[in-house]
Amino acid sequence: MTITATGAATAGTRPPAERTTGGRGRGGGLLRWCFVAPAVLYMLAFFGYPLVRNILMSFQHYTPRTYFTGSSPFNGLGNWRAVFSDPLFTGSLWHTLVFTAGSLLGQFVIGLALAVFFSRRFRLSGFARAVLLLPWLVPMVVTSIVWRKLLDQDTGVINTVLTGLHLASGPVPWLSSPGVALLSAILVNVWIGIPFNMVILYGGLQEIPRDLHEAAALDGAGAWRTFRSVTLPMLRPVVTVVLVLGFMSTVKILDLILALTAGGPADATQTLGTVTYRLSFEQLDFGQGAVVGNVLIAVSAVFAVLYLRANRADFGRGK
Amino acid sequence: MDPTRHRLRAAAVMSAAALAATAVTGCASAPDPGTVTVLNSATDSLEHAQEQKFFDLCAKPLGVRVRQTSVPADQVASKALRMASSHSLTDILELDGSEVPQFAATGGLVPVRKAGVDVSGMSKSAVTMGSYRGTQYGVARAVNSLALIYNKDLLSRAGLKPPTTWDELKRTAKKLTHGSTFGMAFSATPDADGVYQFLPFFWSAGGDEAHLDDGKGAPALQLWKDLVAGKAASSAVVTWNQQDVNDQFIAGRAAMMINGPWQVPVLDQHKGLHWAVAPIPVPNAGDPVVPPIGGTVMTIPQTRDTGRQHTAAKIINCLNEQHNQVAWGESVNNVPTMTAAAAQYARQNPKLAAFASEVATARSRTDRVGARWPVVSDALSGAFQSVLTGGASPRAALKQAQARATAGE
Repeated sequence: MTITATGAATAGTRPPAERTTGGRGRGGGLLRWCFVAPAVLYMLAFFGYPLVRNILMSFQHYTPRTYFTGSSPFNGLGNWRAVFSDPLFTGSLWHTLVFTAGSLLGQFVIGLALAVFFSRRFRLSGFARAVLLLPWLVPMVVTSIVWRKLLDQDTGVINTVLTGLHLASGPVPWLSSPGVALLSAILVNVWIGIPFNMVILYGGLQEIPRDLHEAAALDGAGAWRTFRSVTLPMLRPVVTVVLVLGFMSTVKILDLILALTAGGPADATQTLGTVTYRLSFEQLDFGQGAVVGNVLIAVSAVFAVLYLRANRADFGRGK
Repeated sequence: MDPTRHRLRAAAVMSAAALAATAVTGCASAPDPGTVTVLNSATDSLEHAQEQKFFDLCAKPLGVRVRQTSVPADQVASKALRMASSHSLTDILELDGSEVPQFAATGGLVPVRKAGVDVSGMSKSAVTMGSYRGTQYGVARAVNSLALIYNKDLLSRAGLKPPTTWDELKRTAKKLTHGSTFGMAFSATPDADGVYQFLPFFWSAGGDEAHLDDGKGAPALQLWKDLVAGKAASSAVVTWNQQDVNDQFIAGRAAMMINGPWQVPVLDQHKGLHWAVAPIPVPNAGDPVVPPIGGTVMTIPQTRDTGRQHTAAKIINCLNEQHNQVAWGESVNNVPTMTAAAAQYARQNPKLAAFASEVATARSRTDRVGARWPVVSDALSGAFQSVLTGGASPRAALKQAQARATAGE
């Protein structure tokens, strides 16, 4: 970091003529590579190598024995076939998509609503905003354990309140019914994700020049029209960032589910993350675990590419 | 040439080289001859200190020290594998009994007798738990099992005795259920806890984990289903781990529960709670109870240094002397594995005598299916979860489970 910064600074003060020749000379080329090398090596060592390794591993019979003997024979598509023919995997793929879509929708809509709400200043708005940030500060596992208690069917606070207010006829089986458990997990994750969405979107809203809103008001646009035609388009780049980052952190969900339901009841909350965990670290079949991991990477990669394209389009327009 | 540029280039080249160097150097330091290393799951500071006390006691006469590395119980196996791949495995590896076959199958463990561990006088069930294909690789100092723990006040108020058969269990549990109190509580989570609790019912019914679909285990699933459907147990049991079950019992929301002796210190903290231990009910009067045996075992990983293996064996021998086993068993509320030590333990702890008599005949989870246990365990948990949540009938669930357990073969 320091080296790069100094380098840039020195280059900036040098006379332009020397810089051009130096930059094009052979020595300059080498120098350039040396600056790039640490970053490239870092990427190769910590991203490239594990990625390639994970892909290779999904074609290998990789078990505890491998750790002792170092041998991991290739078994072709064996792992892939085993995983794809397992109904648990197809179920988990579906659950992951539902969980991700539901979480993002909930987090984003509520986060945006709160951001818009807080963008007009009022008494105690700073304080209220700070309080809303709290869920973000709580470790995921702690959150899950507390929610597990809150959602307990017989003694949980939520059911006590619901039945006490006669909003529910009987205790809701939040975590003990396969039909409800995934929804409960989504609700908890929405609660966790609201602060992140709110903070980033709030920041984005602050960047929108006030006079645009004033101009819209002069043109006779109502609140909804202004929001749709001014606020949302101006917020687009920020929205993309929020959704893509949200997607990345949601699609790989593991800790929340493990602590909340452990994938149950009856596998109703198994996600790609929990299936990878189960295969690799409970059954110690690392080859099959790698298959699910690769699927997860592929899903993320698709969205990363979409994000980059969207970003480029925004950037181009900005110019 | 500009001197600044020289320095810069040198710095850049060096930083690149340094990065490359750290990337390729695998650093495996030679083990210290005066230190015996242990990998275990004693992350709790009290437990860690307690372990250290026993290790120190046994290491001192040998002129060595013991250094423990402790990670959470469910991470011991993967941590050990990582250590194995970098040839830095500890001299003693303490695994959960159910993990022994997977490690023994790799050839990475030394048969304990070969290393010089004396296992004479140890109960057959404890030997089985540490064994894989007839060879013993792990030594348990103390083991646990499950029993029926009941609230004496609630039962005597209702004029009931602890049930001994399944029919009695259903009737008693039903009678004890009123208000916010359920008659019975057990753990049916889709993990090791739930499976451990299901096994005594499954085995007592004649179930066989190697042939889940032979139908013999179906009545056990039906029993659990009946308890929940009859509202004698909460339908939330599918989310309760053994800790939660204990909490329910302590709060008076369950009159009886299935649980293990490790809950004793927590139960004893509640002076107003009067509890007692009874054997787990069986299908018909006179049937034998077949509880599971659980706990950790000490194994000696394969290292090139047989001297270190012998030192580790000597420490294990010392830890398993009768007085040490009894003291250790009492400190963790588990039953010693030497038959003589278990008898002494039962005399000194009459409250837990039921557990002591049980573990002698208890069954090991990996005895029949060996290294396939994790897959079978998963399949079994899938079966009781789908039965309890109404997804499948007991027979259909077991058929599915068998398909799942053998899918990879």
